[in-house]
Amino acid sequence: MINLLLFPVLIPFLFAAVLLLFPKKVKAQRIVTMIGLLFALTSSFVLLYKVKVDGVQTLTLGSWAPPFGITMVSDMFSALLVTSSLIIALFVVWFSFTAIGEEREKAFYYPAILFMLTGVNGAFTTGDIFNMFVFFEVLLMSSYVLIVLGGEKIQLKESIKYILVNIVSSSLFVITVGYLYSVVGTLNMADISVKLAEIGPSGIVTVIAVLFLIVFGIKGGIFPLFFWLPGSYAAPPVPVLALFGALLTKVGVYAIIRTYTLFFTTDVGYTHSLLMILSIITIVVGCIGALAYFDVKQIIIYNIVIAVGVILFGASVMNENGMMGSVFYLIHDILIKGALFLFIGIIIKITGTADLRKMGGLMKRYPLLAWSYLIVAFGLAGIPPLSGFIGKLLIVQGGFEGELLWQSIFILASSLLVLLSVIRIFIYAFWGEEKGDHLISEKKYRHLLAPAITLAGITVLYGVGAEYLVPFMSDATNVLLDPSIYVDSVFEGVK
Amino acid sequence: MEILMSILIGFLFMAAVYLILSRSLLRIIIGTGLLSHGTHLLLLTMGGLGGESAPVLADGITDYVDPLPQALILTAIVISFGVTAFSLVLAYRAYKVVGTDNMDLMKGNEDND
Repeated sequence: MINLLLFPVLIPFLFAAVLLLFPKKVKAQRIVTMIGLLFALTSSFVLLYKVKVDGVQTLTLGSWAPPFGITMVSDMFSALLVTSSLIIALFVVWFSFTAIGEEREKAFYYPAILFMLTGVNGAFTTGDIFNMFVFFEVLLMSSYVLIVLGGEKIQLKESIKYILVNIVSSSLFVITVGYLYSVVGTLNMADISVKLAEIGPSGIVTVIAVLFLIVFGIKGGIFPLFFWLPGSYAAPPVPVLALFGALLTKVGVYAIIRTYTLFFTTDVGYTHSLLMILSIITIVVGCIGALAYFDVKQIIIYNIVIAVGVILFGASVMNENGMMGSVFYLIHDILIKGALFLFIGIIIKITGTADLRKMGGLMKRYPLLAWSYLIVAFGLAGIPPLSGFIGKLLIVQGGFEGELLWQSIFILASSLLVLLSVIRIFIYAFWGEEKGDHLISEKKYRHLLAPAITLAGITVLYGVGAEYLVPFMSDATNVLLDPSIYVDSVFEGVK
Repeated sequence: MEILMSILIGFLFMAAVYLILSRSLLRIIIGTGLLSHGTHLLLLTMGGLGGESAPVLADGITDYVDPLPQALILTAIVISFGVTAFSLVLAYRAYKVVGTDNMDLMKGNEDND
């Protein structure tokens, strides 16, 4: 099964291509999309098992020996991310059946999601830096379609900004790859790692490292490059927002972690301190945003920014606990942000507004929604034994070991602000007098609640079952902290 | 030759930044086009300009140009072509719906237009 690691990339692609043939048949679209996602998810679980048993999997396309051909590499880190992105896509698609509306479903909504998954999974799996650019473009192109689909005024306005920011950052990506190529003369990520280690610390390498941080920082939404994120993400409907919020920024975060552990390990004093400082400021700005708004969408969107900061702080410490915490927290954040967006999607559907001041008293008629939202909110803040706890604990532990006392205390304090920001939604939306109309029928409500609650259940399991996930996480951490494992497995076939 | 190319690339970037910072949507899109031209030339220069030699490796030929940057540029051109086409269509649609191509007037959300 040498091609196994391509399945999560190719299955969504093939199914999307088939879906393009009959856009108007909504039922068929839904069924085929679900089948495709289930196939892809199954293959990713098999891949996860294979990577756990046999170690890092690699595939050289066209049998061009590395470093000349494009290599696809699936280590534990990328296999975990591929699996969780497919899980999120599955639930968002399920949620979309009721939430997105038939008009959008007939306008290539499902193919766009599947093409985006091709890009996301490809970016997680590739072992070639230029190929990563290509997969970034695949996912961006589909995200352009998703963000503008429907053609409302606000969507058109915001998508222009979104596209412009991404065009500029993509150009910068190509420029950076060009610089890197002129220094090392190769594009294979394992080979780059070897060559950069030979060169040692030098000015140009640091410049390239910072340029990569800018490029991926724009996609990932770190300070000061997150400016486009709150506006653009609030424009599309909630299922699309859930997909973007859970997945797209995480691809940027993955790319930062990958390049900063594999390539730029020679001048850690400069590059990783920069990353650490930026991640702390990112958390500050995210906290301010999350508390400032009365718009439920904006509150959760700023929580994305906070999470990006926390994950990158853990990665910048570069010790075992910090890195393992980052991996734990990254997967946790993909799942929990998906769940949170689905819940606030239901709240918005019921009340017809995203403004907290115009809603209230939902507890009486929707108790199940209220309590399951509360569980997810606690999970986000990291209350044990829910899913955010273990990741944050390890990150802070790593911070203390790295003698970053104040920064670690700061991360702990930020959890309180995160809790406050999501509890504000709970207080305003569920407590108090009943306000406004209830816009959806009982049947529709149940259909919307089912995927959200199932996803919430998965996040709880992720937290409670953390013990069983530790072997997987430590495998991922080992590869990140010791690039030679990655490099050796890529060049295994050659030697 | 590389120096000359560097100056040209820098000039293209300068023009692109100037256009992207202007208010008219069409100028901005032309700016992104220039930006990608600059990027492609930069890729070409990064591999080293080989003069008259061809990017072919065969037995006995030692004087050849690195073919990889050219393959990269080809990919990048195709992608930027697609993105530019899409953004032009989007700009036209936005112009029709919003009623302006001035970026200053495209601020704000539903509540405070």
